[in-house]
Amino acid sequence: MSQLSLSVDIAGLRLRNPTMNAAGVLGISASLLKRVYEGGAGAVVTKSLGPAPRSGHFNPTMVIVEGGVLNAMGLPNPGAEYFVSAIKALRAEGVPVVASFFGASIEDFRDVAELLSEAGADALEVNVSCPNVQEELGMLGADCLNTEKVTAAVKEVSKPPVFVKLSPNVTDIAEIAKAAEMGGADAITAVNTLKGMAIDADFKRPILTNVTGGLSGPALKSVALRCVWDIVQAVDLPVVGCGGVANWRDAVEFMLAGASAVEVGTAIRERGFGVYKEITTGIEGYLEANGFGSIKDIVGLAQEAA
Amino acid sequence: MMRAAVITRVLRMAPDMVTLYFEDEECSKASPGQYAMIWIPGGEEIPMSLSTINPGGESSLTVRDVGEATKTLCDMKEGDKVGVRGPFGRGYTVSGDSPLLVAGGTGVASLAPLAEAFVERGVKPTFILGAKTESDLAFRDRLENLLGDSVVLATDDGSCGFEGFSSQCAVKLMDEGSPDIIYTCGPELMMVSVFDEAESRGIPVQASLERYIKCAHGLCGSCAIGPYRVCMDGPVFDSEKLREVREDFGSRKMDPTGKIVGVDH
Ligand SMILES: Cc1cc2nc3c(=O)[nH]c(=O)nc-3n(C[C@H](O)[C@H](O)[C@H](O)COP(=O)(O)OP(=O)(O)OC[C@H]3O[C@@H](n4cnc5c(N)ncnc54)[C@H](O)[C@@H]3O)c2cc1C
Ligand SMILES: Cc1cc2nc3c(=O)[nH]c(=O)nc-3n(C[C@H](O)[C@H](O)[C@H](O)COP(=O)(O)O)c2cc1C
Ligand code: FES
Repeated sequence: MSQLSLSVDIAGLRLRNPTMNAAGVLGISASLLKRVYEGGAGAVVTKSLGPAPRSGHFNPTMVIVEGGVLNAMGLPNPGAEYFVSAIKALRAEGVPVVASFFGASIEDFRDVAELLSEAGADALEVNVSCPNVQEELGMLGADCLNTEKVTAAVKEVSKPPVFVKLSPNVTDIAEIAKAAEMGGADAITAVNTLKGMAIDADFKRPILTNVTGGLSGPALKSVALRCVWDIVQAVDLPVVGCGGVANWRDAVEFMLAGASAVEVGTAIRERGFGVYKEITTGIEGYLEANGFGSIKDIVGLAQEAA
Repeated sequence: MMRAAVITRVLRMAPDMVTLYFEDEECSKASPGQYAMIWIPGGEEIPMSLSTINPGGESSLTVRDVGEATKTLCDMKEGDKVGVRGPFGRGYTVSGDSPLLVAGGTGVASLAPLAEAFVERGVKPTFILGAKTESDLAFRDRLENLLGDSVVLATDDGSCGFEGFSSQCAVKLMDEGSPDIIYTCGPELMMVSVFDEAESRGIPVQASLERYIKCAHGLCGSCAIGPYRVCMDGPVFDSEKLREVREDFGSRKMDPTGKIVGVDH
């Protein structure tokens, strides 16, 4: 047996391994999140929860595109208050829960954060980066001042660590990350989906009811990797990498760029729930083969080489 | 990827039910019990079982008008186009020597191709074709041509064949015949009672479930039942999984926001 340690500590959130599901991927159901945990994830991330129930957009809400998936679910969720019992039930079974959430105003963000913090969430992930809802709901994170204000308001009422999830749909993601740091963020999650669209040539119209959607999967990976790279250079916070991670090699690349952990979403479609275990086992093999003792040893290594 | 499919013919099955035929290579290779996501350009996209699967030939959907999208589909004419994604999900597993197929309402849509798959293997299943009333019995000719007197008709109002629900008719056949496996598709409350009766007799079941389908790719979680996704782990579930989700099966589902609501039909 090796003496390798796969556990990580992200701003105080201790995980058995560095993998989680990406927010909104299966996180609307506690039973599915439990299956994600049993599939090997170190923690689970909920659907982004808002102040009130939302049905999301009408179908079509997803379509497969070149190199990935385009979605415009439109943040369907039963409301944060409703989901409190699911969070408690998961935690009672020993599953660490990262509660993702959003709001329509700074007050909303604060109120929902307080609720989820009191529900016992092990960490909070602030979604200021959804490309699929109206400006004021989704993309507060396109602006430094708003990002800082939202983060500060959330921090004021939160006991567990606060991750701020950023969008790649900005000119300079490093500036936004700095604003989140100024607001008191404990970690950054990077990234949310990249805004795109699909048009059907036969029907001569956009496919998604929302017209535009967010791109995820392999096509997003190199963009996400660059975002993590830029953020790591700009702030002194742990980063959770997200975007196109499908196997251990992808995960290792994100770590070499400076991520302490990864979130995996779209890859579940092809790899199934076992993707978390597969990635963890692969990372373990990589550490061993390269003579490293822990995840920490490889975080940001490629930055030193550049 | 989304494809455009042209409706090649329309068959009226019942006052509120039509079958739309179309050609699509991928759907023609589906297995019985799989479904497609059908997009009405400019409108909604909804899940529909493939009611005809003909390798290299035509496929079909059998639609009951229950709301906006299904009404639009029911009004479609030859030459109209729909968008098609899929086929998706896990269909039925063809097994057993003396299968009993129990269809209620539009449930016949997914079970008719299964009956054909059995016949192709040299097995003639017993098929309970149930509906509210005689004029709602869909695919009666297709099934009687295929299975002869192994088709058992059942109507809630007794206007034709057995008087009562398909599930009650199924109980009778479980006791009179000796089915070694039961396949069912139809209203969930009907399927639950078929499942419970089969359980008490030790007969394995495969049931096709419905939940709210959004992405159909196993990612959004909208279609959850217990730890499973109807869109990808289902829609067909076997007895082992049905036991696991028995608390929700026939009782609870998520609405489009993710709130748990009751199952009422
Ligand atoms: C795997 C599967 C196979 C199906 N096969 C058939 C079939 O062969 N023939 C048939 O007539 N019907 C079938 N259905 C049901 C059909 O999808 C719904 O009747 C249809 O979506 C209703 O849409 P609407 O806009 O007409 O009605 P609405 O007024 O929008 O809804 C009426 C009811 O339909 C259900 N529904 C609506 N949208 C969806 C959705 N996206 N996913 C699941 N349920 C929904 C809800 O329970 C709702 O209360 C199937 C459903 C599933 C999940
Ligand atoms: C179906 C679906 C729903 C999503 N919902 C959310 C959400 O509610 N909140 C959020 O922050 N991100 C959401 N995302 C974005 C993912 O969390 C993730 O940032 C993105 O998919 C990139 O990772 P991936 O390539 O591993 O999927 C969603 C993505 C998908 C595919
Ligand atoms: S419909 Fe999205 S997971 Fe099944």
